[in-house]
Amino acid sequence: MKRWLPPTLAIVVLVGAWQVAASTGAIASALNLESFLVPSPAEISSSLWENRSLLAENAWVTLREILIGLGCALVTGLGLALLLHLSETLRRAIYPLLVSTQAIPIVVVAPILVVWFGYGILPKVLIVALVCFFPIAVGALDGLRNVDPDTVKLMRTLDASRSQIFHRVEIPTALPSTFSGAKIAAAVAPIGALFGELAGSSSGLGHLIVQDNAQLEVARLFASVVVLAAIGIALFGLTALAERRVVTWR
Amino acid sequence: MNAEGGRISAVETAPSLPDGAGIAVRGVEHAYGELRTIERIDLAVEPHGVVGLVGPSGCGKSTLLELICGLRDPLAGAIEISGVGDSPGRLARCAYMPQRDLLLPWYSALDNAALALRNQGARKGRARERAAALFERFGLAGFEATAPAELSGGMRQRVAFLRTLLAGKPVLALDEPFAALDAITRAEMQGWLAAALRADPRTVVLVTHDVEEALYLSDRVAVLSARPARIVAELRAPEPRAPDRDGAVTDPDFVAVREEAMRALREGMR
Repeated sequence: MKRWLPPTLAIVVLVGAWQVAASTGAIASALNLESFLVPSPAEISSSLWENRSLLAENAWVTLREILIGLGCALVTGLGLALLLHLSETLRRAIYPLLVSTQAIPIVVVAPILVVWFGYGILPKVLIVALVCFFPIAVGALDGLRNVDPDTVKLMRTLDASRSQIFHRVEIPTALPSTFSGAKIAAAVAPIGALFGELAGSSSGLGHLIVQDNAQLEVARLFASVVVLAAIGIALFGLTALAERRVVTWR
Repeated sequence: MNAEGGRISAVETAPSLPDGAGIAVRGVEHAYGELRTIERIDLAVEPHGVVGLVGPSGCGKSTLLELICGLRDPLAGAIEISGVGDSPGRLARCAYMPQRDLLLPWYSALDNAALALRNQGARKGRARERAAALFERFGLAGFEATAPAELSGGMRQRVAFLRTLLAGKPVLALDEPFAALDAITRAEMQGWLAAALRADPRTVVLVTHDVEEALYLSDRVAVLSARPARIVAELRAPEPRAPDRDGAVTDPDFVAVREEAMRALREGMR
């Protein structure tokens, strides 16, 4: 009860202030705008309700891109971390390359990927995977580096094989920071999908946002943003929940 | 593999008695790059003998222990355990107990104790059963499912020792096993370890910087010099006349040998 009170209170105060400022037209007149361009939370929620089937349809498209992209990121991120952990030479060779993938501006790459791979799901999945594999790989790699060399020595005198050391010591040691990376990935995945859709798409929340922006459907635009944020929060929450179930010793 | 099977069934019947293994260290030298850590050490430990190694901090005691265990190879000289000289052979015969207990936080006390059995291929249920059988004797009954972080320092050290013992190795290499404990718990644990070794004799190399602990627990104590380490004195520990630890360490004979060891330690630091 006490744990939930501060965040709930903060949200209520924020939304309440927005409601008052928007419905009295204070924001619109301060910005010298038409009042329909500044929807209040009440207008946004009624738009959310009226457009529920349209939003759900497009949210499903975006969610699929996010989930498949995250899955690819998880496989490549963990695989790469493992590979670099096993070979110091490979780590030195590939780590800078890994970092450089994050220097690529997604906004610039996204349209090129659309040109290459079309308006379908593939370029979106690739962009989500591109932004998500990095925190996962770095988290897992850092976790594997945290392995205590004395514990490995101890395991060797307790007759542990290389694979037993990996399963009983290295994986559990790496789990907490791998989960930290996965939580970051879960939070940024919707942004990746959105960039992909903005660059070129025929459906999805990003597609809807582009259309609503052009048609000045501002309330529905905000409704799409709310749905996208909810997806991000839910993914983050699920990852955090999985962490709590798996990493029970912290 | 036959002796292996025999050893495991011996552990099952509680006081386990692996065949004694002697240790022979001959002319061993070691260095980390330019840094010479061990000058030239000769040391013999008879089967079921307990030898204490004392010396100033950073003198190479722990390195010597890792060399004996087969975790490292010496630059020169030879180390044999029951006549076996290669490092995998030594590794197979030694169980190492580090200064930090290094209990794995993701396992319960029981699973930590049973770690070596699991590594040796025992099924989970079987390994737990055999470890649980010893929890009572180690004063750990009722704490089987407890996480290591919730155990007291003394209990953690007992779980760590049980883990070492259950590996079923003839040689125990103990690296300052009680250094992290407070004085009262340490004294208790020393009395407890002496009793545990009486019930289940092993060949033991005990590294410590506490002269009293070394003399109380060992048959013989080797005093090492400051780095690079060499043996400056070897002292025979007096037969304890008092049955308890406090009586033993205040015995005049014990006090005399302790002073002699302290003198050797001081001279070795120069």
